[in-house]
Amino acid sequence: MTTRAPSAGAQTPDVVQGPQGVPTVPGAVPVGGRPDPRPMSRRGEILYFALRTKKVIIGLTIIAVFLVLALIGPIIRPGDPDALIGPLGASPSADWWFGTTSFGQDIFAQFVYSLGSTFLVGALGGGIAAIIGMTVGFVAGYRGGWIDEVLNMITNVVLVIPTLALLLVAAAYLSARGVVVEALFIGFTSWPWAARAIRAQTFSLRSREFVNLARMSGVKGLRIVFGEIAPNMSSYLFLTFILLFGGAILIAATLDFIGLGPTSGSSLGLMMYDAVAWSALQLGLWWWFIPPGVAITAIVGALYITNVGLDEVFNPKLRNT
Amino acid sequence: MSLQVTDLRVYYRTLAGDVKALDGVTFGIADGEIMGLAGESGCGKSTLGNSLIRMEGRMRHVGGTVTLDGVPLPIDDQADMNHFRFAEVSIIPQYAMSALNPTRKIGKMVGELVATRGVRYHDIREELERRLELVGLARDVLDRYPIELSGGMKQRMVMVLSTLLDPSLLIADEITSALDVSSQRAVAQTLVEFRDRGFVKSMIVVTHDVSILYQISNTLAIMYAGKLAEKAPTDVIMSRPKHPYTRLLISSLPEIGVRFEEQRLTGIPGTPPSLLNPPTGCRFRERCPIAIARCTDEEPPFVEVEPNHSVACWMAS
Amino acid sequence: MRRYFGRKLLIYAATFFIAATIDWLIPRFMPGDPVQSLVSRTGFGLSPEGSQALVTYYNNLFGLNHPIWEQYINFWASLLHGDLGRSVYLTGRPVTSVIMSAVPYTLALLIPAVLLSWWVGNTIGARAARRRLLDNVVLPVGYVLTATPYMWLAIVLAWVFGFILNIFPISGGYSYSLEPTLTWKFIGSLFSHWVLPFASLFLVGLGGWAIGMRNMIIYELEADYSRYLEALGAPSRLVRKYAFRNAMLPQITGLALSLGVVVAGALVTEIVFSYPGLGKLLLASIQNEDFFLLQGIFLFIILGVLIANFIVDIAYVIVDPRTRVAMSGAEE
Repeated sequence: MTTRAPSAGAQTPDVVQGPQGVPTVPGAVPVGGRPDPRPMSRRGEILYFALRTKKVIIGLTIIAVFLVLALIGPIIRPGDPDALIGPLGASPSADWWFGTTSFGQDIFAQFVYSLGSTFLVGALGGGIAAIIGMTVGFVAGYRGGWIDEVLNMITNVVLVIPTLALLLVAAAYLSARGVVVEALFIGFTSWPWAARAIRAQTFSLRSREFVNLARMSGVKGLRIVFGEIAPNMSSYLFLTFILLFGGAILIAATLDFIGLGPTSGSSLGLMMYDAVAWSALQLGLWWWFIPPGVAITAIVGALYITNVGLDEVFNPKLRNT
Repeated sequence: MSLQVTDLRVYYRTLAGDVKALDGVTFGIADGEIMGLAGESGCGKSTLGNSLIRMEGRMRHVGGTVTLDGVPLPIDDQADMNHFRFAEVSIIPQYAMSALNPTRKIGKMVGELVATRGVRYHDIREELERRLELVGLARDVLDRYPIELSGGMKQRMVMVLSTLLDPSLLIADEITSALDVSSQRAVAQTLVEFRDRGFVKSMIVVTHDVSILYQISNTLAIMYAGKLAEKAPTDVIMSRPKHPYTRLLISSLPEIGVRFEEQRLTGIPGTPPSLLNPPTGCRFRERCPIAIARCTDEEPPFVEVEPNHSVACWMAS
Repeated sequence: MRRYFGRKLLIYAATFFIAATIDWLIPRFMPGDPVQSLVSRTGFGLSPEGSQALVTYYNNLFGLNHPIWEQYINFWASLLHGDLGRSVYLTGRPVTSVIMSAVPYTLALLIPAVLLSWWVGNTIGARAARRRLLDNVVLPVGYVLTATPYMWLAIVLAWVFGFILNIFPISGGYSYSLEPTLTWKFIGSLFSHWVLPFASLFLVGLGGWAIGMRNMIIYELEADYSRYLEALGAPSRLVRKYAFRNAMLPQITGLALSLGVVVAGALVTEIVFSYPGLGKLLLASIQNEDFFLLQGIFLFIILGVLIANFIVDIAYVIVDPRTRVAMSGAEE
């Protein structure tokens, strides 16, 4: 009966339950039949289909637009984005593209600076979570036995703990916080579902022919994981990273909004926090709180859509249906 | 004639183009006939079996007709075809062991399924239990979930369920490939018994295991690259095959129970042509030891060279 | 069966133990001295002696003057008595009672929002799967909703329905002019204040469930049992019914997994609407450096999530015959 415990995914296809319950179904993820003898042509094929999949194009375009804004924004509006340089609570105009706060801060300047930290938190937090998730997943899935049991237990514990609550407590005690610290916090708490999914995939790859072949020819543990198993689920790992990226952005926004974000600098969550704290709602200063929310929704949504599109690219089975 | 298939063409749509999995197939099956359908994997034999009952997502009916007991089958119309499925044409699928809904009690599922055919579970229950007994299943399997049955039990359950409404044509798709030799024989014998008792009128047994067909089939049809190569009574084809491919197949046949597919490379050198853009002329000529110039230019028709013996080869007539 | 739930309970107990320990560890091992910073921030204008007295007072209050292992045991001892300390910012009220007065508001938001968004989302997703027209609406809307930060949807709803249209109040749990009494007027006020925070939690959750269910159904419709049913000419109504039932199971598991995120969403949603639940309390405790209160809220959330997880486990066993069978088999 231990094998049939109805914990997540026990008898269901390997469903990756993404952040905020966005599940993707990698039932057909090409967790490789065998190593492709023609890596170049496969890569070429993936690029070919990626650039012809509408979801990927839309998603990447949206992300690119915001990324460009984040990069050139600080050049257009140099100086401290929080400086009190404009009229108080002015609506968007030719001079003040996104209007100003009730203190006279330039919202467009805050916005473009915040975009940068949003991408940073997403990439760093998502990256750390992906690395931890992969390490735990690979080791648990490949080694099995008691190591698997222990790692599984840890994963389940972290999975059940509402990590945001944990983050709150930890962040509350840190008097000075930066974007990097925030990303670290997020990375260290949002890996469990990824670890679980990667463990399942590793598990199913472990007994495949080519892995056995490598093992028989004397290749050792880690080299098998990184030389044989990881390349065969690289597309899957990439999709996992995209979901973690989006998840990290949302978590960061939540932290910032409670006032536990970076203590210096700006972020999209902080902009919303300020807007609510200084009654932008009651004053009708919609230009204060609409842009940051639109940006987060658009970036995270674009990441999710890219993820789905790439899933179709990686899985020929899903194409054309 | 129970089943008559005429010039059937079914293609798979892919991004690279149409894969011509069935490219003009003609044959008939008499009442009470068990026809074995053999060939290498990818030759279109499963496509043929499936297209007679349910075309899947990317299969497309391009041409040809199918009639069953004189009635044309609307094989390209999913909704119309539903009137024939189960009651007239039925299938024991390749995946029989995972064909039962895991979260329904088997009896309940059978009841819900026959109800969609206007048959009341209550009325058929007695016959169902009799047939279960025939295949060696206790009647209490109906109160169990599929997970409680072994693989072999599930397969027998599917065999009984698929034939419960006494269909005219049964398609058995690779049903022995997952079994050990003794179970294979038992399953094959059950099929014959179903025919003898009139549960099914005629049968197509799709397999790459010729030795099983030798035991149970009345006629044998050999497929190659989307076309029929030869069809004849089993003993005729085993003793006097006319198509060079059939000949190679049979001569490379190892002892009973070993599948010839595994021996293909040593048995017949070369690989079948791509069905994306099959070459003109005879599709076997690249691997054929007796090919002549005509084989490159003209496609040999599938013709009856002796009573009940049809071949597609210029050298056979 | 008993063994299974025993195992689950053990895991949850271990989780609670670990979480509570972390909760206890954080203030003690974080860089800096929380008591010092507390005093320096709250004890304005005190003489050095005065602030020293305050430090001693706080050290006693937090029990920091005892050896570390004794502090840990004391922590558990008082925790098991339901004593979470006293709230500094609410002038010494017991944390437990402060939290208990906020919990009903949070639960009133969370439980209907979680269950309804789960149910409605699954229903919509199941309908959309393999139906081009509906799918083309459900998929993009679902992705937008699920990518929306909870607080932002809350802000937008408050702005549109509270500020522009002025239909619903956007602040508080009930009208400030009313006293909590059991009158229709008060209940009506409670309801109108509840609508927007509920709607925003409900909507964000909806998208994820709809997309998840849609994907699961597509997956199930490809499964062997579905193909067999279709080959035997079962109408799509029956095939979908079976697929739905099977797709439901991972969604139940998903419900448990999503709880942590939804709770966080409820907290920030409450903050937007100044809704008098745990979220608002949390914000106050952070802003006022009320660490007893903060830790208490954290423990309450953990406990709630664990209990909810256990309920989901029970529901799963009831719905999935396979686990029931496997368990009764093990006990025979």
